[in-house]
Amino acid sequence: MKTASRILGSAFFMAGYEVQDAPRYGAERRGAPLFAYVRADRSPVNERGIISHPDLVVVSDDTLVGMPAAGVLQGIDQHTVLLINSHEQAETWSERLNSAAKIIILPAREDVEDRAELPYIGSSCAAASAALCGVISWQMFADALSEELSHLGDDVVRQNLEMALTAFDAMLPYAGIVQQTGLPSAAEYQKPDWVELPFEAAAISAPAIHAGATSVKVRTGLWRTMRPIIDYQRCSGCWWVCSTYCPDGAINVTAEGLPEIDYDHCKGCLVCVAQCPPQAIESIPEHVAKQRESSAVDISGGSHDT
Amino acid sequence: MTRKLLTGNSAAAWGARLARVEYTPAFPITPQTEIIEDLSLWIDRGEMDALMVTLESEHSMITAAGAAASSGVRVFTATSSQGLLYGMEMIYTVAGWRAPFVMVNVSRGLSSPITLESDHSDIMAARDSGFLQIHCATCQEITDSVLLAYRLAEHKDVRLPAIVNQDGFYLSFTREPVDLPDAEKAAAFVGEFDPENMQFKSGAPLSQAMAVLGGGPYSYFRYEVHLALQRVLSVYDEIADEFADVFGRRYDIIDNYQMDDAEYVFVMMGSFATKAHDAVDSLRQAGWKVGLARVRVFRPFPQEKIRQLLTGRRAVAVIDQNISMGMGGVLHSELATALYGLKDAPAVLASYIGGLGGRDVSQQEFFEMIDELKQACDNGETLPPRLLYTQNELTEIRNLQAIAQAEHAEIKQAEINKAESKKK
Repeated sequence: MKTASRILGSAFFMAGYEVQDAPRYGAERRGAPLFAYVRADRSPVNERGIISHPDLVVVSDDTLVGMPAAGVLQGIDQHTVLLINSHEQAETWSERLNSAAKIIILPAREDVEDRAELPYIGSSCAAASAALCGVISWQMFADALSEELSHLGDDVVRQNLEMALTAFDAMLPYAGIVQQTGLPSAAEYQKPDWVELPFEAAAISAPAIHAGATSVKVRTGLWRTMRPIIDYQRCSGCWWVCSTYCPDGAINVTAEGLPEIDYDHCKGCLVCVAQCPPQAIESIPEHVAKQRESSAVDISGGSHDT
Repeated sequence: MTRKLLTGNSAAAWGARLARVEYTPAFPITPQTEIIEDLSLWIDRGEMDALMVTLESEHSMITAAGAAASSGVRVFTATSSQGLLYGMEMIYTVAGWRAPFVMVNVSRGLSSPITLESDHSDIMAARDSGFLQIHCATCQEITDSVLLAYRLAEHKDVRLPAIVNQDGFYLSFTREPVDLPDAEKAAAFVGEFDPENMQFKSGAPLSQAMAVLGGGPYSYFRYEVHLALQRVLSVYDEIADEFADVFGRRYDIIDNYQMDDAEYVFVMMGSFATKAHDAVDSLRQAGWKVGLARVRVFRPFPQEKIRQLLTGRRAVAVIDQNISMGMGGVLHSELATALYGLKDAPAVLASYIGGLGGRDVSQQEFFEMIDELKQACDNGETLPPRLLYTQNELTEIRNLQAIAQAEHAEIKQAEINKAESKKK
């Protein structure tokens, strides 16, 4: 999304707009929700920070819409255009969200199952946004994309351009639907709902959280998008290299001196893959591993307790 | 000149590159790391002729910076927040060495609790060290201020290290259009670093030491740092004029907007000032005589300029994105010190604390501050300090506390159950 914001920002800039684009990072891990924003205006952009009342909201992963912590729906009203990359219809989303926003669907690709692996989604979203704003030509957008992705090589640029053009063309019927709104006016504004912070004793006001031993229970393995798999035919049984390098202590050593990956807590950083001296650890996409698991269960027919 | 979109971090790295720095000791910390990443990429590609060394801590990094500067090398480094505090012993020490170099600080709130977002409490902790402090509001200003900072720091009347401060996220990760100064012109503007009598060459080894001294000599050296820092105020204009002549952009010690006839004034530092800029426009449209004074050079503190600027105004809202625990906003106290006893000092000097940990300040809040100032003036009252904080934010913290208390109760209950099962 950071790249998407940069492509869109550069496209506006090339079209003669003053621009501000920025990502917001929260938790630093693969697959964590991330957002970015772009402001564009004919005059210099002085406003800063998260856009409180966006004219356009683009959602690349529709599972985030219903997640309150992701804040996708914050500050949207009837003037907002909400573009969702989804398999579902706009009407379905309108009903589900009971929102006055103008909802437009960027059709999600049929072949994509894993939300951590959405190829070209940044370019597609940026292109769709450019088309919806209606002030950026395809050529200008293509130039911006090529500039932002040039360090990745010609092939990557070409593939991204191809996907972006599909998204751009799909949105052309709605070109110009996004309307620029101004900042609140001092002549008439809603007063901030300021409160006085009361004094509270340290028992309440110290920022300490006490909870049970959660680190074992929290299955951080759910964050994994790539899964390391040990090939025991090749494992030399040194036992210590992978288990020592694992930053999460998620590789245990059995009584026989063999390493065993705790998939409930392995986050898929793949440090073990890089470190294993006989290269006995390979990595495969998590969704492929899951498919293999479920078919293995089907074949063995009830090998697991139900 | 090339106008391009750059983040605050890239703008800082460009400043160092254009100043032709020779040495960059480095240590990573969010949200500053990209500065070092840009520099290392350029050095690796041979686009920048400098040596980068990654140190094991900010304490060592600042020591290395001071040591290299003391040997006549042009040095650049960068840090943020906890990193600045980790190096704090050396921040004071290298200023005492009179070692001139430039460090960019990317402001981020301090622990505890932890945050990654902008807040000036980190840079305020370096307030009394002897470093110059320049606070930026835009990405453009970061590149330009790094160039200006070398001129000020290396000036023979000053010769002190300088911090160029930018706000985390609001500038560090935000791309804005930046006019990149022409490399030749920038190099000519910054000039060669003349270390004068600081001499150290590996080919001609020398000892250099700082003596341990009693009160009399100690006072002399410390007060000389103070006087040298104040000299910045008298050499500043000439350097800023030269910069304006070459690059067409003028930076004053205090950046004034709509101040000529302003009755009500916002005084603040950092990138939130561009938001206040918009608020001033809107308030003016609604008929208010409002202005904005952004303190750009905070150390040395431009006391005389503040006096000239603010006497005769009706009321001032000081917005501090920092808090001195047990006292309040730092800029507010300093303005009160500057204005004390002046006949025409503003009747109301209100303190607002806003933007801690990256907490945004809305346009409506700027409008409301001016409304409060007017009410206070009309009623002949003073205003108590205010933390910008809304009912929604209080509700949010109440929800978090409820979760924490539920967790706590669960643990307590588990302990009771365990004790009872033991009895049985």
